[in-house]
Amino acid sequence: MRIALFITCVNDTLFPDTGRAVVRLLERLGHEVVFPTDQTCCGQMHYNTGYRRPAARLAVRFARTFENADAVVVPSASCAAMIRDNYPRLSRSGSRLARRMDSLAPRVYDLTEFLVDVLEVTDVGAYYPHKVVYHPTCHGLRFLGLGDRPYRLLRAVRGLELLELPEATECCGFGGTFSVKNGDVSSAMGFDKARHVVETGAEVLCAVDNSCLMHIGGTLSRQRSGLRTAHIAEILASTEKEYART
Amino acid sequence: MSATFLGMPPFPEAAKRAVEDSRTRHNLHKATHTIRAKRTRVVDELGDDWQRLRAEGERIKTHTLRHLDHYLERLEESVQRAGGTVHWASDAAEANAIITRLIRRTGETEVVKVKSMATQEIELNNALEAAGITAYETDLAELIVQLGEDLPSHILVPAIHLGRAQIREIFLQRMGEWGRPAPPDLTDDPHALAEASRVHLRELFLRSKVAVSGANFAVADSGTLLVLESEGNGRMCLTLPETLISVVGIEKIVPTWSDLEVFMQLLPRSSTGERMNPYTSTWTGVTPGDGPQDFHLVLLDNGRTDVLADTVGRQALRCIRCSACLNICPVYERVGGHAYGSVYPGPIGAILTPQLQGMASKVDEALPYASSLCGACYEVCPVAIDIPEVLVHLREKVAESKGHVSEKALMAGAEAVFGSATALDAVQRAAGLARGVVPRHLPGPAGKWTDTRDLPDVPARSFRQWWNEREDGR
Repeated sequence: MRIALFITCVNDTLFPDTGRAVVRLLERLGHEVVFPTDQTCCGQMHYNTGYRRPAARLAVRFARTFENADAVVVPSASCAAMIRDNYPRLSRSGSRLARRMDSLAPRVYDLTEFLVDVLEVTDVGAYYPHKVVYHPTCHGLRFLGLGDRPYRLLRAVRGLELLELPEATECCGFGGTFSVKNGDVSSAMGFDKARHVVETGAEVLCAVDNSCLMHIGGTLSRQRSGLRTAHIAEILASTEKEYART
Repeated sequence: MSATFLGMPPFPEAAKRAVEDSRTRHNLHKATHTIRAKRTRVVDELGDDWQRLRAEGERIKTHTLRHLDHYLERLEESVQRAGGTVHWASDAAEANAIITRLIRRTGETEVVKVKSMATQEIELNNALEAAGITAYETDLAELIVQLGEDLPSHILVPAIHLGRAQIREIFLQRMGEWGRPAPPDLTDDPHALAEASRVHLRELFLRSKVAVSGANFAVADSGTLLVLESEGNGRMCLTLPETLISVVGIEKIVPTWSDLEVFMQLLPRSSTGERMNPYTSTWTGVTPGDGPQDFHLVLLDNGRTDVLADTVGRQALRCIRCSACLNICPVYERVGGHAYGSVYPGPIGAILTPQLQGMASKVDEALPYASSLCGACYEVCPVAIDIPEVLVHLREKVAESKGHVSEKALMAGAEAVFGSATALDAVQRAAGLARGVVPRHLPGPAGKWTDTRDLPDVPARSFRQWWNEREDGR
């Protein structure tokens, strides 16, 4: 299958390793990955902060860029939710954007949805000999309804010990511009999340969204906790061969 | 004068103080987690039926709001037919004037009150005090708040921010000023505290000739009003006095008695985490020889019609004041109710207050941002109010208003970068070159991030640079 990658602006700029991992993983599973270079940002920051018109213009850009894709894979649950849940709200019914999105939205997937639902694979042949804890991000959990898909993928990874995160469903406190507009509450939430992560005794915290990981990871790093974060794609892309190389 | 929310700082500032208050943080964590667990248990046991109930609750409320003019007139007719008198109040001042006039007519200078959000909203107690009338709160938590000259911090549990040692202090120091004092050997044992309030309140119930209440529901076709409570104190107020004045927001209507079947399941399970509500009182106008013989219904608009005109925001009027959104909210859990600067705190307050009173003040326009948009409130709401959707809708109104110059510039800058892949690539290359010289502590608003969290390392190459180089190498 020819898969179009929507990398998202945060991953593109700050977490290119995640993007490379997605490419490596999907190619290893025998698929062709394309990267339409016109892509930029889904507009989530503008939309969530109340800047509707810029968000709508970025939605149009996305729809135009990916119009002809068979499947669009997004390694970020919040961006995938922005596209599927909020683009319809940004478009007037009957408009060009609405028509484009009606046809495009069902072909936009979070990475874990794509693997489990479309490629129908849970064992991707990965090897990752670490104690890992998974944080189900709000958009993955409540907006996309990823359910147990990420857990099924992680449980099939050889060498990986999956630990249980207490208070897992609670938000980490990132919330985009919330993290600076209400920095004190955001930090209080982040510290509690970091505390729960540390309590598990894990080495690695993983999630389906690097923005949440940037928040929890930034907190863990400030605390010199010794834990590292990894997008789920990086874990799933890791194989025994590659593991030996790093 | 009783305490008031006037003069509170905007949310981020109030929240900063609140997150530093270790005692409140402890009390709130314990209380919200206890009630969350109870709710989860009684909601989960209904299985799929819960979602059907929720959809039905949403449908009834949406239908009623769409035909509110019709149902309001029907309610007025029904109440009058049953011997009650109906008054219409367009705002808080008008409602307070009507209630004051009705109490004065009885010649009484004291009233007992049933716990009511509508009377909190219009600050009735302050208005009555100015008119020389003393209003006694009889709900245990409201009593604690009133005696402590405090403010409510939760819709269902107004004294949730207080622990029992603090409540003991308040009872010992203040009860005597309002009536029968607390026994001098009062301990902080919950039974002892409840007994002290019982003895204190009993005198007031037996003495008072006038009661003021709100209502959880008003049934249009029968004219019946309902109050749901857990203590029985409300029932004392609803049955013993000669005159009863009920202040009810116009959105509290349901069309028929049988609609209550849905809400009698949704409300207790969502609010107190109980299968069935302990004290449900219903009254229809006046019944000769039974209960108050003079009944007045004050129907309150106070901004609700304006909310109804907003096609996105109007769903907030479906709210049945259960507090499930407060109890699940990670922001509320850490700051408590006072930081929201309104009688309606938490996620529902953040969408209701700015709609009811507008967003002209710094306090009100900060409320739509008091959320990480995590969606937990929407998930638990028994009438499916999409609170994150309304929050974003209200943020749009703030962003369209005057001011916020630096944020607007920042957003315009970001759009310029994201408006062109070439521009984004240029910014990424510049960032890659500047890596290593990014300071650990950023100036300005970004400092709010670096105060408590490290920044990620900027990579030397963006993903698209890597991709393009890979493609070129093929």
